[in-house]
Amino acid sequence: MSAGQPPLDSPEIRRLSPVLGPGYTYGSVTEKISSIVLTRPTSLGWFIGFAIAFSLLGLMTVAIGWLIIKGVGIWGINIPIGWGFAIVNFVWWIGIGHAGTLISAILFLLNQKWRTSINRFAEAMTLFAVACAGIFPLIHTGRPWMAFYMAPYPSTMGLWPQFRSPLIWDVFAVSTYGTVSLLFWFVGLIPDLATLRDRSIKKPAKIVYGMLAMGWRGSARHWHRYQSAYLLLAGLATPLVLSVHTVVSFDFAIAIVPGWHTTIFPPYFVAGAIYSGFAMVLTIAIPLRKAYGLEDFITMRHLDNMAKVMLATGLIVAYGYFFEFFMSEYSGNKFDVFLVQQRLHGPYAPFYYALILCNILTPQLLWFYKMRHNVAVLFIMSIVVNIGMWLERFVIVVISLTRDFVPSAWGRYSPTFWDWATFIGTMGMFVTLIFLFVRVLPAISIAEMRELVAETNEEKQ
Amino acid sequence: MLHRSHIYGVMGEFSTTEELIHATEKIREAGYRRVNAYSPFPVEGLAEALGLKRNMVAPICLLGGLAGGLGGFFFQYWVAVIAYPQNIAGRPLNSWPAFIPVTFELTILGAALSAVFGMLALNKLPQPHHPVFNVPRFTHASSDRFFVCIEAKDPKFHTEECARLLQQLHAHHISEVPDD
Repeated sequence: MSAGQPPLDSPEIRRLSPVLGPGYTYGSVTEKISSIVLTRPTSLGWFIGFAIAFSLLGLMTVAIGWLIIKGVGIWGINIPIGWGFAIVNFVWWIGIGHAGTLISAILFLLNQKWRTSINRFAEAMTLFAVACAGIFPLIHTGRPWMAFYMAPYPSTMGLWPQFRSPLIWDVFAVSTYGTVSLLFWFVGLIPDLATLRDRSIKKPAKIVYGMLAMGWRGSARHWHRYQSAYLLLAGLATPLVLSVHTVVSFDFAIAIVPGWHTTIFPPYFVAGAIYSGFAMVLTIAIPLRKAYGLEDFITMRHLDNMAKVMLATGLIVAYGYFFEFFMSEYSGNKFDVFLVQQRLHGPYAPFYYALILCNILTPQLLWFYKMRHNVAVLFIMSIVVNIGMWLERFVIVVISLTRDFVPSAWGRYSPTFWDWATFIGTMGMFVTLIFLFVRVLPAISIAEMRELVAETNEEKQ
Repeated sequence: MLHRSHIYGVMGEFSTTEELIHATEKIREAGYRRVNAYSPFPVEGLAEALGLKRNMVAPICLLGGLAGGLGGFFFQYWVAVIAYPQNIAGRPLNSWPAFIPVTFELTILGAALSAVFGMLALNKLPQPHHPVFNVPRFTHASSDRFFVCIEAKDPKFHTEECARLLQQLHAHHISEVPDD
C-alpha cells in the first residue's frame, strides 16, 4: 500500500480488495505463472529449502528402514497404548489434506472466485498430505510387506477382509480419497500442461509436458466435455471429503473406549480437518506468494477469506470440545466423567490446556480485520493451529488409551527418538514434494486465471 | 495453394472471446457445419455458438457410479455371507449397515474414474498429433489467442471462400491447416 491511499481498514478498501491485481491480460497471467517453471532460474533459496527438506526426508527413510529391521518396538508404543504417534500423525495428515479438496470442490460448486489462484497448490498439498498420512498405518502394521492382506483379492487361503471393521473402511476411504484427489488435480492440470508444452523452449521439457498434456489442444468440443467432467468430479469430491474424515473418526467412535465412543466425532473431525487444512494452506501460501512475487494473484482477499474459514471451523471445533465435555459430565457414565477429569487434571493435562490455547483461544484474534490483514500474524497463527490440531489428536489417542476402564490396564506413553524422526521425516517428505511441485508444475491454475481475467474484464464493461 | 485433399481446414485467429463467439455464430449462419473453435480456457457461450448438444460424460459417470456402488455392496455381501461367513455370537451375516461406508466409497470411485476416463475417451485423448498443431501460431491457443477452424470435411468447404469469410469477420491471421 503506497501513501495517499485510504487506511487499510476503511470500508472502501474492504469492499474493493480484489481477487486479482489490476491490469492483467490472458498473455500476462500465462507468462507470469509459466515463467516460474520455465524461464526463471532456480533461486538459491529454493536449493537451500529443498536441501533441508530432503535431508529430513532422508531421516524418514532411515527411521522407516530401522523400523523394518527392528519392528514397532523402537517406538514408544506398548500395551495399553498400541496407537501412539502413528495414528496421531495419520489423522493429522489426513485432516490437512481436506482443505485442498474443500477449496477445489466445494468452493467450485459455490462459485467462489477466490478459489481460483489457490486451488492448484491446495490440491497438491492434499495429495502430498495423503501420501504422508498413508505411510503411518502402513508401517504401524509392523510388517508393511503384509499390507496386501487388507486388499480384497482371491487368496489361496480363501481369506477375505472383514468389511465390518472401521479399519477396512479406512483403507477404502483413504485410497479412494487419494485416487479421486489425484484425478481432480490431474484433470485440472491438463490445459496447463498444454500451455507448458507450447511455451517451453527446451526439447526434453517439451516432450515431457507434451506427453502429460496428452495432445490437449483447447478444442471447444473438448472443453465442453471437460467442464462436465470437472463439475462432476467436484460434485463427487464434496461428499467424499466429508466421508473420509467421518470414516477416520469411526476408527475411534465405533470403539467403546471412553472419550472415543461419541456421536459428535464425525462432524467435529470433519470441521477439525478443514480447520487444520486451511491453516496448512496459509502456511504454504504466505511464503509462496512472497518468494515468487505472486501478491497480485494470491491477494489479501484470499488470506482474509482463508482466515475467516479458519475462524468459522475453529468455532465448530470449539463447539465440539464443549459438547464432548458436557455430554461426558451429563451422561453420568463414570468412565466418561473420569476421562474428562483426566484431561483436566491427569498427567497429560498440559497437552489439553495447550490444545485449548492453540485451537480455541488464539484464533479468536481472527475476529479482527487488522489481524486478518497482517501476514506475519496469519503465518504464526497458521502454525499455532497446526500444532493445536496435532495436540487434539494426541489428547484423543493417548489420554483415552492410558486411562480406560480398570486401573490395572492404565499406562503411560512417551514417544521415542524414532517416533519423532518418523514424524519430522514425513514433514520433510511433504515439503520436498511441495518444493518439487512448485518447480516443475504451475502452482496456480493458468487456465482458470485466464477465465478470471475474462470475468474481470466483463465486470468492467 | 495446397490441394484440397491435403488440407485439414482454414483457420482464423481472434484475440477476444466476443470476437470468437461472433465469428463462430456467423460461420454457422453461413451454413458451415464442420467447424471447431480452440481457446485457452473454456469460453462461456461457445458451446451454444457451435451448436454443441449435451455430452455423454454425465451418463457415463452415472453408470460408473452405479457399477461401483452395486458391485461394491454385493461383493461385500458375497464375502460376508457366501465366501467367508463368520458366525460372531449369532449376529446376522448380512450386516448391511456395516457395508455402507465401503459401498459409498466405491460408488464415488467408480463415478470419478468413469467421469475422467470417459471424458478422455470421448475426446479421443491421448492423441499426440493433430493437424491444427501444424499452424505455427497455434501455440497461442494455449495462452492468449482464440482460433476458429472450418474443416475441409464440410460439404460447403472451399478454401478461398472460407478465407474470405474469416477475413470479413476480422480474423487476425488466416492460415490453411495442412493435413499430414
